[in-house]
Amino acid sequence: MPEIKLVNVSNHICREINLTIRDSEYFVIVGETGAGKTTLLNVVAGVTDHSGTVIFDNHEVNHLPPFKRGVGYLFQELALFPNYSVEANIAFGLRAQGYAKNMIKERVSSLMKMMRIDHIAGHYPNILSGGEKKRVALARSLAPSPKILLLDEPTSNLDAQTAKYLRGELHSLLKKMGITTLHVTHDLREAEEIADRIALISNGTIEQVASPDELFFNPVNSVVADFLGMPNILECRQTRSLTSGLVEILLEELKIIMPYDGKAIHKIAIPPDAVHVYTEPPVQPLLNSFIGIVEDIKQNNSMVKLRISVGKSSLISELPLSLFERKPVGKGAKIFGTIKIERLRYIASC
Amino acid sequence: MQYITTGLRGIIWRVAPVILFFALWEFAARFGRFSAVEIFPPFSTVLLEIIRLFNGGIMTRNITDTLIRVLSGLCIGVSGGIFVGIIMGWRRLIGRSLSPVISILYPIPALGWIPLMMLWIGINEMLPIAVITISSFFPVCYNTATGIRNVDPAMIRAAHILGASEMRILFRVTLPNAAPQIFSGLRLSSGMAWRTVLAAEMVAIPTGIGALIMKAESLVRVDIILSCLLVLSLFCLIFEKILNIWEKKWLGKWSRYA
Repeated sequence: MPEIKLVNVSNHICREINLTIRDSEYFVIVGETGAGKTTLLNVVAGVTDHSGTVIFDNHEVNHLPPFKRGVGYLFQELALFPNYSVEANIAFGLRAQGYAKNMIKERVSSLMKMMRIDHIAGHYPNILSGGEKKRVALARSLAPSPKILLLDEPTSNLDAQTAKYLRGELHSLLKKMGITTLHVTHDLREAEEIADRIALISNGTIEQVASPDELFFNPVNSVVADFLGMPNILECRQTRSLTSGLVEILLEELKIIMPYDGKAIHKIAIPPDAVHVYTEPPVQPLLNSFIGIVEDIKQNNSMVKLRISVGKSSLISELPLSLFERKPVGKGAKIFGTIKIERLRYIASC
Repeated sequence: MQYITTGLRGIIWRVAPVILFFALWEFAARFGRFSAVEIFPPFSTVLLEIIRLFNGGIMTRNITDTLIRVLSGLCIGVSGGIFVGIIMGWRRLIGRSLSPVISILYPIPALGWIPLMMLWIGINEMLPIAVITISSFFPVCYNTATGIRNVDPAMIRAAHILGASEMRILFRVTLPNAAPQIFSGLRLSSGMAWRTVLAAEMVAIPTGIGALIMKAESLVRVDIILSCLLVLSLFCLIFEKILNIWEKKWLGKWSRYA
């Protein structure tokens, strides 16, 4: 599968983009709405004007029309053809490119089986659920066997459970097929979960390209750090192996129990939204809980950030304003908290 | 069982007002303040007159003439309207250039074209056909162009990336998705054609349902005038129903309009 290179790509949104996406890599572009993520996908697909060069495997493809670039594109709005059944939607590209009838039938049926949508082959898009529509659109973009797959917010508008499921499925499927994938999302959690590497884009400029761990522990500038929500990065003093693959970590004044893969732990990053706080003590003992004092409160339109001291350590907790307003606390108040381990990251010592 | 009851209730709600309307007409004409058979005949008298006119062949002859004119004018006007509408919707530059011309001509009432056409074409069978052609052209042209322009651009982009040619995109993606609006235009054009033919026949042509109304007016035969209007409205309704059936059949299961 091809390596993609963007050299000095600029247009009305993107500015001087230089980016290399490796062969068979699962590359995620993350950024806020309007940052230029979709425009970048459109540049690779060849459906928008730009200056600079797009190179697939050392061949310039600027002059190639979209369908000759070997690119599959899953649009955010899906763009399923409402006048075609699921089966005909998937077969559309193959028919347009003149594939033989029996080959089309075979390919469509194997894709429907793979995406587990063969039971809705004759249904029309207007009666499908959000998840089913995504699967159909994905099967349609995979039908002409693309070498590169562009995914624009593939899990948007899905409930959290379905999104998580689809994400996992998508990742393992595309890795198995070895397709070079460019996935665009505004959701950092999604990016962390599936990316080989992440590019953070802001105002049409790439701010940092790094692996998820690298991005978390070494944000190169304040734009990246702001987007990451400035995680709490704490030095690990001591670890103690527990049974069943867990480790107890002593972080200054905090004790955290988390899954363990045997590496020595040097630093730990705790996203502010993984620090949950309560004004009342929990009814029953909770894992990774702490008691702290509110040192500072900062709020904007929708979020509140609390700086909490736990002994000599300091933690930042971020919570929605609506939740804070239900039980507000002032500076100096005693507060009870827990740390959710799902999004913890650690850096192994050398 | 509940579906049957709901269906029955739907039919009753649709039919009852019509029956009530004709009953009120009958009652008002027979017992009301203006009851006079000559100037306000009851519904039953009009119904008998319709049967008499059909039996005598007068209505059949006149409605056939009118129908031929409507169908001819409508076919030419609608074909031209759809063709120009497709070009205007598909090629943005042509659309932008032609839009002002269409905007100027569209609001001109059909009656306004009759004197001009009388001078250009003369008073013959071509006159009503030409006027119907003009009046049915604009609604369908406008709606086709708008329908095509309103098709989700992402869908066209998707088809393009999947390797579809321009023609394939137009006929397999754009036109089917613009169809609901094209059908709206067809319904407007059909109504316009029936209104226009009546005006043309009343003003200039000696045959057809419009001409029959004018003859009845000179003989003060209100029952014939009302018979003609009822038959005319029935034909308008039949055209509307045919278009609805055609739309449902063409758009099939996929459209939210079907």
